[in-house]
Amino acid sequence: MGQIQLKQVTKSFGDVQVIPPLDLTIEDGEFTVFVGPSGCGKSTLLRLIAGLEDISSGHIEIDGKDATNLVPAKRGLAMVFQSYALYPHMSVRKNIAFPLRMAKMDQAEIDRRVDGAAKVLNLADYIDRRPGQLSGGQRQRVAIGRAIVREPAAFLFDEPLSNLDAALRVGMRLEISELHERLKTTMIYVTHDQVEAMTMADKIVVLRAGFIEQVGSPLELYHNPRNEFVAGFIGSPKMNLIKGAEADKHGAATIGIRPEHTDVSMSEGMWQGTVGVAEHLGSDTFIHVHETGLADMVTVRITGDIQAKHGDKIFLTPQLDKLHKFDAQGLRIG
Amino acid sequence: MATKASRSAARLMMAPAVVLLLGWMLVPLIMTLWFSFRRYLPLRGGDLGWAGFDNYVRFVTSSSFWPAVQTTLVIVVGVLVITVCLGVLLAILLDQPMWGQGVVRILVIAPFFVMPTVSALVWKNMFMDPVNGLFAHLWRFFGAEPVSWLSDVATPSIIMIVSWQWLPFATLILLTAIQSLDSEQLEAAEMDGAPVLQRFIYIILPHLSRAITIVVLIQTIFLLAIFAEIFVTTGGAFGTRTLSYLIFQRVLESQNVGLGSAGGVYAIILANIVAIFLMRIVGKNLDN
Amino acid sequence: MARAVTPRRKVINTSLAWLIGLLIFFPILWTILTSFKTEAQAIASPPLFLNFDWTLENYGVVMERSNYARFLWNSILIAGGSTILGLIIAVPAAWSMAFVPSKRTKDILLWMLSTKMLPAVGVLYPIYLLFIKMGLLDSRAGLVIVMMLINLPIIVWMLYTYFREIPVEILEAARMDGASLKEEVLYILTPMAIPGIASTMLLNFILAWNEAFWTLNLTAVNAAPLTAFIASYSSPEGLFFAKLSAASTMAIAPILIMGWFSQKQLVRGLTFGAVK
Repeated sequence: MGQIQLKQVTKSFGDVQVIPPLDLTIEDGEFTVFVGPSGCGKSTLLRLIAGLEDISSGHIEIDGKDATNLVPAKRGLAMVFQSYALYPHMSVRKNIAFPLRMAKMDQAEIDRRVDGAAKVLNLADYIDRRPGQLSGGQRQRVAIGRAIVREPAAFLFDEPLSNLDAALRVGMRLEISELHERLKTTMIYVTHDQVEAMTMADKIVVLRAGFIEQVGSPLELYHNPRNEFVAGFIGSPKMNLIKGAEADKHGAATIGIRPEHTDVSMSEGMWQGTVGVAEHLGSDTFIHVHETGLADMVTVRITGDIQAKHGDKIFLTPQLDKLHKFDAQGLRIG
Repeated sequence: MATKASRSAARLMMAPAVVLLLGWMLVPLIMTLWFSFRRYLPLRGGDLGWAGFDNYVRFVTSSSFWPAVQTTLVIVVGVLVITVCLGVLLAILLDQPMWGQGVVRILVIAPFFVMPTVSALVWKNMFMDPVNGLFAHLWRFFGAEPVSWLSDVATPSIIMIVSWQWLPFATLILLTAIQSLDSEQLEAAEMDGAPVLQRFIYIILPHLSRAITIVVLIQTIFLLAIFAEIFVTTGGAFGTRTLSYLIFQRVLESQNVGLGSAGGVYAIILANIVAIFLMRIVGKNLDN
Repeated sequence: MARAVTPRRKVINTSLAWLIGLLIFFPILWTILTSFKTEAQAIASPPLFLNFDWTLENYGVVMERSNYARFLWNSILIAGGSTILGLIIAVPAAWSMAFVPSKRTKDILLWMLSTKMLPAVGVLYPIYLLFIKMGLLDSRAGLVIVMMLINLPIIVWMLYTYFREIPVEILEAARMDGASLKEEVLYILTPMAIPGIASTMLLNFILAWNEAFWTLNLTAVNAAPLTAFIASYSSPEGLFFAKLSAASTMAIAPILIMGWFSQKQLVRGLTFGAVK
């Protein structure tokens, strides 16, 4: 079991309130991602759940039981840190066994569980090495191993992939997703990378300045962003947000159109502009268009290749059924 | 940032150190302040009542005061100049590529670990003794008349002994600072056509300025308080009586506690002025 | 600076550095050499450098005559006792400051340091008086306490700078893994900080061993350590160079060796982390 409920939770550091009153329920077995720009309070929120920080007011319940004043050790949660936080003076085996040792488990059971975790995570060959002798990816696996042997109610991940290089990151992302499929344990995952959020989450919680901007499945957030902030944050390249006369035409303060929802032509279309930079990825092409009179720059994404050079004239036509409209407060219309 | 539980644990764990140091600081300080306003002569009647500022005035107007201030200044400044200048040169030399760098380092550092009473005694007898000292032999070898170091030129001799003790400290800290200098900076200056001396003045010296300040401040605090070197060599005679030594004599030798305590208050104020500057630097260092 | 230099420059550097190094080391070397001479050879003119009859006689005489063992034992007890006592008090304090810092942590640290700057002579009489009142004058226990107090700020500071290099996340990981505060300090922090703790102990042992204001003023016979032992050689024994040298060598040898091992940490300890 691993259902976590936050009820009217707040957190202040001195006079600064970093988490205003917040309610959130994380269902058992769910993979929940907290995402937002740096300083949005997502890591603080995770540390509040972990018990590494006190909440200033409100309640935290784990499986229906009040855990607000429990020390971290008693909450039955396991955490994987950004820096892995491995114990440098212990071998991989001792690292993974540490939480079991603290739980006063008997040695035979400890060995059985550590060997099991090492096998699952392909760590058997490194089991007697020190963390200093491992690569970044291997360290990450040890940190995960240390978390899974305890069979916790939920896993907490604090930006676990941000110290890895890009290629490794994609691999570890898959491994963590697979781990979730196999264990079916609740996972809370903090990241600033919306790609990680989109690819891994059952449920995404978008945060800004401590406020929850929207909660939903990745596709809900993609298709129905509740406000301009979520619209701009989810999706890559970012949604184009256009204000002014063009927005007025659609009865909105701001309209948004995703780069992939814009048709491109070199001869005719609704909007006209000049090609700035064209990024050819092979499968896709991103074109950054200037001088449209709509915004500083409009980005479009075309499947396949297109011959467009710097300075070429280009025409854009948004797919009107995919248009997002926002009012003056930035909230979604319709 | 942590939980309430760990914060209260932290306070509890800090308490013994804080309480002990607070006691160690306040109790003697208050007593010294109290005594400094009393006529207090333990061997001649004990506490003879309130003295107002008499002790403070007497301490400053006594004939030994200004010479002691002068001696203190001469010794502190002399040692500082010698150790910092030689320390910079030595640090630069030791930073150069050479064979046996580790061994040379060990040789240079050694004097710092020598007990002050030992170094004072060894210098006094085996080097500066006017008859059998090594210097006397050396002088005679060159046909010169041996010098009575610790009576004729007592203050410079003490400066020399103390400099020998503190040169390693200055060198070690300056060497550490030099080694943290990015060699690319020097190479860039070389590419820009700066000759050796210019590189020293515009790159190395500014880089060392903080370390030099720290050396000066820390040494000043210790040098203001040098004791064993004078106690063992001259006992304060031949114009080597520093302010601290004068206070020591007032308190323990002539047992005029009131007068000595007033002197002690002056010494505390003096040390605090230096300490404030040191704290600023160390404090800034804490922020990053 | 890993820069290539011409062999000629390297030779010049090396000879110059060795020359200066030996010059600085010479008084110590000379003392050690003299300790192996007879009294007559020690004051021979011209002085003998290596061409003398090596003898251990002086060491024997010094040991026999002046109760050297008791002074040595006092030095060991005072330096060792104050270091261990200081550590017991300082480790928890440094843990608090490094890992649970508050707004006042910096002020407390600087204040602790400032107590170290208090000139000893300014508080000599009160301490002297308190020692008499409490029967601590000329007692080892009294000196252990004083040495511990004057070095406590340095111990706290050194440990603090070492602890701060340990990522707090590792301690939090231990907390998540179910370790209590005691287990966290015992199984995670202390093993990780052992190099730092060791050098802190070493430096403080040296400082306490060499301290020569309080040890000279607060002891007479029973608790007098080697600093006082040497000071008593001032005269007329000081004129017996060979014996003086033997006594000096015995007083400084252990510390010299320890000091050479801790020279790197010395910088950090003595500058309160301001130069690393």
